[in-house]
Amino acid sequence: MATPLPDCRLRDMTTAVLTIEGVSKRFGSTLANDNISLSLAKGEIVALLGENGAGKTTLMSILFGHYVPDTGRILIDNVELPKGKPRAAIRAGVGMVHQHFSLAPNLTVLENIMTGTERLWSLTSQMTAARNKLLAISERFGLKVDPDARLGDLSVGEQQRVEILKALYNDARILILDEPTAVLTQIEAEKLFSTLKQMAAQGLSLIFISHKLDEVMATADRIVVLRGGKVAAERQASQTSKAELAELMVGHRVTRPTREKSIPGAIALEARDITLKSGGVERLKKISFHVRAGEVLGIIGVSGNGQASLGQILSGTANRSSGELLLFNKPVGDLDVAAVIEAGVGRIPEDRNRDGAIGEMAIWENAVLERLSSYSKHGLVDRGAGVAFAQEIIEAFDVRGGSAASRTRLLSGGNMQKLILGRNLHERPRILIAAQPARGLDEGAVAAVHGRILEARRQGTAVLLISEDLDEVIALADRIQAIVGGRLSAPIDASEADARLLGLMMAGEWKDKSGTEHAI
Amino acid sequence: MRFERREHRPLYMMTLAPLLAIIAALALAGILIAIAGAPVFEAYRRILLGAFGSRLSATETLTRATPLILTGLAAAVAFRARLWNIGAEGQFYFGAIAVAAFGSKMLAGLPGPILIPLLMIIGALAGMILILVPLWLRLRFSVDEVVTSLILNFIAVLFVSMLIDGVLKDPTAFGWPQSQALADHAMLPKLIARSRLHIGFAIAIVIAAAVYFVQSRTVFGMQSRAAGLNPSGAVFAGVRFGSTLFKVACLSGGLAGLAGAIEVMGVKGYVTTDLSPGFGYAGIVVAMLANLNPLGVVLAAIFTATMFVGADGMSRSLGIPTYIADVTVALSLLTMLIALFFTQYRIRR
Repeated sequence: MATPLPDCRLRDMTTAVLTIEGVSKRFGSTLANDNISLSLAKGEIVALLGENGAGKTTLMSILFGHYVPDTGRILIDNVELPKGKPRAAIRAGVGMVHQHFSLAPNLTVLENIMTGTERLWSLTSQMTAARNKLLAISERFGLKVDPDARLGDLSVGEQQRVEILKALYNDARILILDEPTAVLTQIEAEKLFSTLKQMAAQGLSLIFISHKLDEVMATADRIVVLRGGKVAAERQASQTSKAELAELMVGHRVTRPTREKSIPGAIALEARDITLKSGGVERLKKISFHVRAGEVLGIIGVSGNGQASLGQILSGTANRSSGELLLFNKPVGDLDVAAVIEAGVGRIPEDRNRDGAIGEMAIWENAVLERLSSYSKHGLVDRGAGVAFAQEIIEAFDVRGGSAASRTRLLSGGNMQKLILGRNLHERPRILIAAQPARGLDEGAVAAVHGRILEARRQGTAVLLISEDLDEVIALADRIQAIVGGRLSAPIDASEADARLLGLMMAGEWKDKSGTEHAI
Repeated sequence: MRFERREHRPLYMMTLAPLLAIIAALALAGILIAIAGAPVFEAYRRILLGAFGSRLSATETLTRATPLILTGLAAAVAFRARLWNIGAEGQFYFGAIAVAAFGSKMLAGLPGPILIPLLMIIGALAGMILILVPLWLRLRFSVDEVVTSLILNFIAVLFVSMLIDGVLKDPTAFGWPQSQALADHAMLPKLIARSRLHIGFAIAIVIAAAVYFVQSRTVFGMQSRAAGLNPSGAVFAGVRFGSTLFKVACLSGGLAGLAGAIEVMGVKGYVTTDLSPGFGYAGIVVAMLANLNPLGVVLAAIFTATMFVGADGMSRSLGIPTYIADVTVALSLLTMLIALFFTQYRIRR
């Protein structure tokens, strides 16, 4: 729930600093923004909520001058902003924090922040003045950062802080954050939210773009829901609920599927003391687990704790250094991708754009690429069979936005994930390795993906779910193990799990029901 | 202003764009011809006559196109898989010298119908061997193959120069550094009598069609494309990256080596260090002109050969430098890249 913010004279909810009036923008045949109006008051946090493709980013690009709107205008302090001029927007006090940072990793924090603020031909550089200004800003908003650190050495969360500081350094009074938590861990995200509230309390006005209901409810004063390029609704955060917002965002009721009781069968996948060393580092340290048919085992952890390595071993793209791996109670040696697929393992990679699909190839090619031996004869690809297979997936898994012959890159994240799920589940795998299956997806797509995974479980597939999303693990998993620093905790039953306990497990120390202390 | 990807490319656009590009290039080169003081249309007429005006000139143009088709294919298959083989020139010379080494004495006892295919295979193998060096460095140490394959060209040419001034030197060549001549029955039969056009031209076209088939229809073609477009995605889908790149490299190096072999067996009969006026490098231009399409390579190679052969005739009769051919080919590459860009993208505001 949103905590009420302290009343502060710097916050003045009656005067609008920013007004967007009737903005429309058409790209080809799609109306990305349809007569959108909204206002932002001094010291207010407005969340722009909507699914992928609802028009959030287009609207903000218009506000920042990247696009020229077809109709409508933007007022800052009741003065109209010239259209399509980012420099004018900056001068008027608009700062933008992009999802993908526009910072140079080889420069220091201070150099990054100063970039673009000085004239190219000025002979002296105002380093000292700039440093003092930066330190004053970072003090005022509680954004701690070392001005002399090389940007490339900072964590993603710290880099984002630099990006925010850069906007503030340019005297931004209106800050736009485009999906700021997409790249952050849970802990970093929580830190960001408290920073945002502090900034609002100091009189800054903020718009943040998101499709995550939790963070919107926790941070925003007011929530504007966009759907299909239109403002679908506007709500005070204190007078709405997650369920209502979800419905407004998708346009109809969405209920995430729930897990029914199941009676797990025989052990399908078992790891005994698996260790992986690569580049002189022990990524995995003697981890053991097992998954039974018709059961979901959730492996939860903050990313970067060895999940990627575990996913690679089970997907056949990396080999363990030591330890035993058993498929259906039979020990197996080193596996390559073909052997893993042959054994009946379906794989959903954690990075669907990098590993899951080849964007420039057709949908049907991506559908058959990992089992080309079944879709070829004498070394010739059977295009007809491949297209037919892709069409079956498109229908059965409700992949929208392209036909079998269109480029895969055209699909939205959710539809691409449905394609990847489809090409695996269509073959009825006996084991499914699902890494971060719903990462970055909008509410409707999450429900679809979760539904498919639970359906596979019902049909007796052993599912290993690797995730850092607490809600996802609680919703899907029967048993849960935490991964911390390449080690795996003992499993706990999902019925004992709640967000607090899982949070402690991910940090490496927790007490169980009986009060026994554990540490990884 | 920004660029938006076109999802549908109508056929008329795909055929019209290259034509417009060539016309634009000719118009731009026309400015230079005018500056050189010659009538522009007359100059182009002379180029066309020089290249296709007689039976002799037409066969000469196609003879010149033959090695360009093969080196163009060598670049096209490699670039398609994002393997930047700039070393076709060196591979060309390796193929040529291998043929000279085996075809002059060692295997000369074999009958023609066996000897000729055998020598072609030997030439292709020699090209493959040379490309394995940069490939190994790339796969083992991640060394950029652009640099290594390029540098290897100079090493290869100097190596050939050493051989033809040493063990393979023709003692009857009055001291000129040239290799021993091939046995007569190792030479390729002529396609047209009393011309230099040999069956190598037909072989090159058949190979272009075969490469097209392999790329568009086979498992190997699909996997090599995947490996080029997204290596980590391809690996996740089970494509063996190293072995796919190895096969692509062998195909590319083999084609360039074959180009050298066919040039020796079809035209010269012996190897000198001016056997190639840069066929390997021109192959890169040909491949890019063809947008890496193997069938387009044939047309692009004939176009390039037309300009080079025709420019000689124009130069002789109008007294302007043959460099105009280089300029025209270079300009047409630029206009072609621009035209291809606009078949893929449209401008939006």
